Order: sequence, then C-alpha cells, then structure tokens
Amino acid sequence: MESTAHDFKSNVDSALANPNLQDSLAMLKVGFSERRRLAAERLPEFEVLRDRARDIKNHALANLDFYLEEFERKVIGLGGHVHWAPTAADARRIITDLCKSVGARTVAKSKSMVAEEIALNEHLEKAGIAPIETDLGEYIIQLRNEPPSHIIAPAVHLTKDQVADTFLEHHGPLGFTKRLTERNDLVAEARYVLRQKFLDADVGLTGANFLVAETGSSMLVTNEGNADLSNTLPKMHIVLATIEKVIPTLEDAAVLLRVLARSATGQESSAYTTLNTGPKRDGDLDGPSAYHVVILDNGRSSVLGTEMQEILRCIRCGACMNHCPVYGAIGGHAYGWVYPGPIGAVLTPQLIGVEEAGNLPNASTFCGRCESVCPVRIPLPKLMRHWREREFERHLTPKAVRQGLALWSFFARRPKLYRRLTGLANRVLSLFGRAQGRYDALPLAGGWTRFRDFPAPQAGGTFHAQWARHGGTRTRP
Amino acid sequence: MSTSPSRPHRVALFVTCLVDLFRPSVGFAAIKLLEDAGCTVEVPPLQVCCGQPAYNSGDRQTTKAIATQVIDAFEGYEAVVAPSGSCGGMLSHHYPGLFDDDPAMKLRAENLAGRSYELMAFLVDVLGVEKVAARYDGTVTYHDSCSGLRELGVKAQPRRLLGSVEGLRISEMKTPEVCCGFGGTFCVKYPEISNAMVGEKSADIAATGAGTLLAGDLGCLMNMAGKLQREGSTVQVRHVAEVLADMGSIAPIGEPDAVKR
Repeated sequence: MESTAHDFKSNVDSALANPNLQDSLAMLKVGFSERRRLAAERLPEFEVLRDRARDIKNHALANLDFYLEEFERKVIGLGGHVHWAPTAADARRIITDLCKSVGARTVAKSKSMVAEEIALNEHLEKAGIAPIETDLGEYIIQLRNEPPSHIIAPAVHLTKDQVADTFLEHHGPLGFTKRLTERNDLVAEARYVLRQKFLDADVGLTGANFLVAETGSSMLVTNEGNADLSNTLPKMHIVLATIEKVIPTLEDAAVLLRVLARSATGQESSAYTTLNTGPKRDGDLDGPSAYHVVILDNGRSSVLGTEMQEILRCIRCGACMNHCPVYGAIGGHAYGWVYPGPIGAVLTPQLIGVEEAGNLPNASTFCGRCESVCPVRIPLPKLMRHWREREFERHLTPKAVRQGLALWSFFARRPKLYRRLTGLANRVLSLFGRAQGRYDALPLAGGWTRFRDFPAPQAGGTFHAQWARHGGTRTRP
Repeated sequence: MSTSPSRPHRVALFVTCLVDLFRPSVGFAAIKLLEDAGCTVEVPPLQVCCGQPAYNSGDRQTTKAIATQVIDAFEGYEAVVAPSGSCGGMLSHHYPGLFDDDPAMKLRAENLAGRSYELMAFLVDVLGVEKVAARYDGTVTYHDSCSGLRELGVKAQPRRLLGSVEGLRISEMKTPEVCCGFGGTFCVKYPEISNAMVGEKSADIAATGAGTLLAGDLGCLMNMAGKLQREGSTVQVRHVAEVLADMGSIAPIGEPDAVKR
C-alpha cells in the first residue's frame, strides 16, 4: 500500500478529529488489555512461557538458513513447492504467475499482513484476478476500500453502524435490502455472501503464523474458520509468509500458540488452528491439488546480526498496539502504512525507509507498556530509540530539535554555567508566574501551553541555590 | 520508624533538573525522609541532569558526556537516590549500555547503576521504612509513572507509605498504570497526541473523586497539573515525597503560594 507515514502529523490531526474512530478506540483500549490480563493471570506459567517463546524465536533466527532449507526440503518431499521471493515485486510476480497458471479468475484470501505489505490485491486486480477477502474484518475494509488499522482486527476503527451502512450499500444489489443493526445478523449476512465466493474461487491464498521446519507445515490460527475454506476448497493453495516465520518443531509451535492467543485476544486458544502439510494426498477427501509456499524476505535478512534483530521475533499478536496509549489515541491508520503501533514504529522504518517513516519511532513516550506485554519480550522502546539514534546520526532529526538539544547540551555539560542559567530562569519564571502559580501562555512553549497550563517555579530560588545558601543543610521551606 | 541494620548510610541525592528548577520542596522532602530513616544526605554540587533529553532524542555522544559527568559527581557514595523513577531508571538501567565500547567506563557505569535508586523503592525496599510521621487530610489518587513502574517495580512502596499518613485515604484510578502523555520532549514534539493522553488521564483522575493527585515524577505531575488546571479542575497536585515528609501544606504544583489546603 502507498505509505502516508511522512504525513504522520496531519494523519494524527484527522484521527483525533474523527468521532467514529475515537468511539471505536475507547472500546478497544479497555477490552483487549483487560482480556489479556485475565488470560495471563489464569495461566501460572505464562511468564515462563514468554521466556521460552523468546528463546525459541531467538534460536530460530540464529539458525534461520538451516531451518528455512529444512522447511523447503520437507515441503518438496510432501509434493509441494517453495518459492523464494527476495523482494515484494518478486512475491507479487510469483503469485500472479501461479494464479495465471491455473487460469484463476478469483482468489479467496484469508487475512495476511504480508499480502498488505506487498500490496498484493492491487496487483492481482491489475492482472485481471479478483481477490476476495474472507476474514470478516478484511472483507469489510475491502468493501470500503480502506487499509487495515490493526494487525489482528483490521476493521477495529469502524463502529457497528458504519459496518451496517457499508453492508447495505454493497449487499443491497445482491438482494439484502434491510439495514441490519445486530452484530450477529451482520456476521450471518457476510457469511452468506462469502460462502458462494469460497465455492467459486480458483486459488486460496493464506498467510502463516508459523512455518514448521520439522514437518514442512504452515500453521494458521483464525477465529472465523475462513482460512480453512480458503485452503481446502480451491484447487491451488498458496501460502505467503516471510522468512522469520520459520520455527524448528511442532513442540515449539505449541509453546508459541499458548502465548499467541492469550496475548492477542485473551483467548486460551484461537477457535481454529490449522496445519497445512503439503497438497492433497491419495485417499484424502479434500484439499488442494497444488500447494505452494512463497517465502518473502523484503529486507528482513538485512536486520539479522544488527541491533534491530529482536524485532524479527514478532509473532504478530497485536498486544503492543492494544496496550499502546499512542495507538489508543490515534488508531492504526495514522501510522500511515501496514504495521501500526509500537511494532510498526520499529518495522516500518526498516521496510520502507526511515526518511519516510521517521516520525513513527519518535511518537512514543517510551512508557514501556508494549514491552511489558510482548509475548516474545521484544524491547520495543529500546529499538525505537535505536531508530532515533540513526536519525540523529544521519541528520534527519528536525532542525528545531537539534538546535534545542545543542543549546541545552552546551549548558548541561558546564554545571557552573548551568546553575547561573537555571537560577535566572527560576527567578524570571517565578517573578512573573508566582501570583497565578502558573502560565497559560509562555514564549517558546506553545507546544505545552496550547493544551496545558505551565507551572511557575516555587519562590526562593533553585534547589541548588537554596541548598548552597544554607551551607548544604536542609531547611524546611 | 523501623529500619534494617545493614542499610546504606551516606546517601547522595540526585536532585533531578525539574526539581531543581521548578519545585525544590521535593528535594527537601526527599532529604527529610532519608534523614528520618537514619541516612546522612549529601548533594554533590556538580550534578545537572541525567541526560534523558539527549538519550531519548538519539544523541548518544551528548548522553555519554553527561553520563560521564554524573558518574564522576556521584563517585564514592553508598547510594544515589532520586525523587524520580525516570531519572533513577536512567542511572540504574540505561547508563551501562552507553559504554559498551569502553570497558573501563562501563565498569564505572555498572557500579553507579548498582547503587542508584528511586526514592520510594529505596525507602521501603532498601531501608525497610514501613511508616512515616505525617498527616494529610483528604482523599488522594496515585499515578504510577511509567519508568518507575515498569523499569524499577515501584508500585506498592508509595502506597504502603501513604497508608501510614494520618487522615489520608487512597482512591485508585481505573488505569493508574497508563502513561499520562508527558514523555519528556514527546509532549512538545507531539502535543496533540500528548493532550489526548493527558485528557484521558484527567478524566480518570476526576472519576476517583480524590481531591489530590500524587505521583513520584515531577515531569508527569507538571503535565497532569497543567491539564487539570486548564480544565478548571480543583484537584491539587503534589509529589508523593512532599506528603510523606509532612510538607502537604505548601502550595500545590501550579498554584499560587497563598492557597492553602
């Protein structure tokens, strides 16, 4: 998708002024974090499992070439095919060619963030192939021609009323002319409309939560069962996954699954967990006759061995954005590209360039809530800080920030001079502000005083001045 | 006041730049609490700032220069205590990582990190303080500042000490652990987001019915006080150390001196 990350600040303004979005976010903020908390509390070994999940992913990343080749060997042995895609363009071309090879007119897609990352839908449409999103949230935003705003709840920015209007508009011509208001009725109508599309699809395309090297399986979790229809009904199943999705064994998958759903939605397990292990075998009642796995790099291998490597542990649960107060204020679209929230703040500059996405790692208070809930313990604030360091080194930090920092640093590195400056600042701010106790406007502090009063310093001088005046002994003010 | 026998004695106060400039009473309150617990408190004169403005802006060279200055200034003290989880966390959790390419400095940074503390954690966890001699009539609510909470585990300690203040009752927010939107330079670099965050915080504070808001970090307190006052709230905002040191009668943050509670 086209990035608007460079427009972050104006994206933020629109998000804050969007009442439907703000209503939706108010629900999200309470719901997800509370459910995750309860799920974690119910499982005594949850914290230990997080350590193990982290270690499993670290091990896989340290031996990535080995496990990827092992996975490929297994898939080929099962009668499937593995395609290596260094870039997004490669992946798009491989998938389009595969679809054309079976004369596909429609592709049933289950939710895939990687497909968003490579803008697959636009590309398929250009090739005359209609992609049909089968995940309910993805289906809704496909109808509305919007990008997802959350990695596991793509339509979380919409209210139920907005969905009702969208369905009436798009399903009306199919004969569904009643505007539905109940959640279950909306789901039932979408199911009904989608069912025939599953049956008509020539190719099923899914993502993968994990690629299991030991068995050559791709593993997928959903709550709607749409992936299972996407990968069993059509004659060709294409799995699109990125290199860091590979893990060594099914045993490892079991550990990761236990932290994944709990972190994501607070469920002990997602409703459907599906292993796809090769194409339909002789004697199988159903399943695709052709099975292809497209493994995409798209810049990830260049992260290996760098200070950013830990980001590749991510299992895309969405807990970081569910708990992020910045995401909670502005929603996912403001981030301007596929991956929002803290994970996006680290991943987006990596994938589309820090020149484009430089605001994202800066728009954080480093409150650390993301890291405190990450199931694989990614130190997200630390990684965001690394981006800020790279921006500073490359002179991408805004000029005003650099100049302010240089001025502050000049004094901060000269304590005696600094004392004189703070002494003066304290006297001036105190002199003009003490009567009110605060300022409602202050030169050079518009960013603060536009929304908040600015407290005036206490009378009597700085702490260090008072301390020195009394010969280094305590006085009660 | 009960204290444990093997506690540090000669303590250096890391004043923090905000306390120095805006609210010296927090520094004096910290000193009183430490002295009441049996410590001798000194204030090394060459301290300025912990370096977070540079660190969080990606300016590693300046951060290292300032960290070196702090490491020099606080050499030799048994403990270094800051009335701030954010600055305390900078010293105890972030300094060593700055010197990965300089083994000698890294050793010194680790040494400082090992004896640096946030005030509440130091009083309760290290000194074993269980109660204070203070009175504060009214209901307070306590905001858990992020660094103190998530880097240093400061959560129960201030509440425990507040529980011993006569006349004081705690009414908890729904989400006391959610960031107030200060974030150092964040609050002026992204004022609209910061405002949305502190707006939610002020609503949460108002819903508690408490007349006073307390926290352990002056940056967060100034942010929340500024928002509450802009909204016309009458909630008084103070640093937790002031109330624990029985200095709850001085003017709250952002209020003129004449106003007494």
